[in-house]
Amino acid sequence: MIRASDVVKRFGKGDKGVTALDGISLEIGEGEFVSLLGPSGCGKSTFLRCLAGIETASAGTLLVDGKAVDGPPDGLGMAFQRDALLDWFDVLENVLLPADFGGKRKRDFEPRARELLAMAGLNSFVNAYPRELSGGMRQRVAMCRSLLLDPRLLLMDEPFGALDALTRDQLNVDLHRLTQRQKTTTIFVTHSISEAVFLSTRVVVFSPRPGRIVEDIRIDLPRERRLAVRESAEFAGYTRHIRGLFEKMGLIHD
Amino acid sequence: MIEMPSALWSGFRRSSVPLLGALVFIILWEIACRLFAIRPILLPSPTMVLRELADSPAWFAEQTVYTVGITLAGFGAAVVFGVLFAIIIVEWKLLERLLFPLFVGLNSVPKVALAPLFIIWFGVGDTPKVAIAFLIAVFAVVIDTALGLRSVPPDTLDLARTLRGSRLKVLLRVKLFCAMPHLFAGLKVAMSLALVGAIVGEFVSSQRGLGYVILSAQGMFDTTRVFAAIAILAVVGVALIEAVAIVERLAMPWHHSADRGGH
Repeated sequence: MIRASDVVKRFGKGDKGVTALDGISLEIGEGEFVSLLGPSGCGKSTFLRCLAGIETASAGTLLVDGKAVDGPPDGLGMAFQRDALLDWFDVLENVLLPADFGGKRKRDFEPRARELLAMAGLNSFVNAYPRELSGGMRQRVAMCRSLLLDPRLLLMDEPFGALDALTRDQLNVDLHRLTQRQKTTTIFVTHSISEAVFLSTRVVVFSPRPGRIVEDIRIDLPRERRLAVRESAEFAGYTRHIRGLFEKMGLIHD
Repeated sequence: MIEMPSALWSGFRRSSVPLLGALVFIILWEIACRLFAIRPILLPSPTMVLRELADSPAWFAEQTVYTVGITLAGFGAAVVFGVLFAIIIVEWKLLERLLFPLFVGLNSVPKVALAPLFIIWFGVGDTPKVAIAFLIAVFAVVIDTALGLRSVPPDTLDLARTLRGSRLKVLLRVKLFCAMPHLFAGLKVAMSLALVGAIVGEFVSSQRGLGYVILSAQGMFDTTRVFAAIAILAVVGVALIEAVAIVERLAMPWHHSADRGGH
């Protein structure tokens, strides 16, 4: 579904320029859940923004569904670190925004919006304004919004980065359930090792600037996952291995 | 059960404190007038001003209505034109570079100096007065609206782009809402400036309105009447700004809900 070969992204020109991505080659198939994992500033978000068509690669080719990316591809859903909810609309209107912006009739999508909100446990907040919600609830609303049009490709840019650990665990479970159901191809940017392993079928580890792929790890855990899977030996094996990679890059010192 | 009286009480306190300030000011003024036996032609006491108002309330009301009408007409024109102009310069960079310096340049001309010119152009009717009120008020509307339209957070703009919203949709659903807090700040300034503009217009040529009252009373050394008109202007100014604040609260219920959530 996604094919990137030798993608380079440079910001600025000449000596003052910064290379954010240096030769990223990656293939992602239909229905995969791929986490891009790396330290802050390693270019993983930049890669995601290139895929979303809101940033253009400086060199290399980037294909989504066999077409070169120029602008946001069809069937795209995206979630951001700051939830980017619109304060002036209530929860339902926020979730319906993709239909509205896509020139579709909002009324046709209202049942779907309500269903998503119910699955996220937000039934009683349908008509609340975002400011009345907690951080975790806001991110759930943003998640529902990105899933409204049943996207073929879901891009998530550190969506849970600003949440506390407990809320984050819960949202990991919720996201897993929601994406499993639809088999949505998802690319998830994070700097949390356990979050990446828990959610993904594949974890792609990035090096610090300039961003390069260090290792592409297949996660062979059961498709249906519960939080308890994090206590299993296999899970620990994956996280230990990834932490080892970070240590080798000099990012963690024991 | 407890909340209603306490809400009433806090509402009462909120409106009574500013009133108290005004009351103390007036009482001190009255005392000073009597204590130092100030001649009314220099500074009439508040009771004299009040008596002046009470002697011909209908006539003062008529002049006030006229001035408020001019103010609102100028203000309304400034809002419509100002918001449209701000949208145009924010949406089209080229037009901004073309028009904005000219607009700033025109605004730097003292509007009072233009008043006689407007009399030549528009005659002595209501039009030149509305035009002056408009000209004085419009700058604040344009500057604050443009600032507001540019205040959309980058994540929200990215979201709009990934959703492939048309420019019109982004403007109507995102930018205008983002601009509203700034817009209303500008409207409050614009409202008080429009009142100034209306008075200036009436100074230059008028047979009606509070500006005319002040000018003609000054010609007859009727200081008490001048003060009566000024007192009305002060009250009208506060009332007009409060009216904008009420519209602001009604237009942005999500801000209101944030207030409730915060306490």
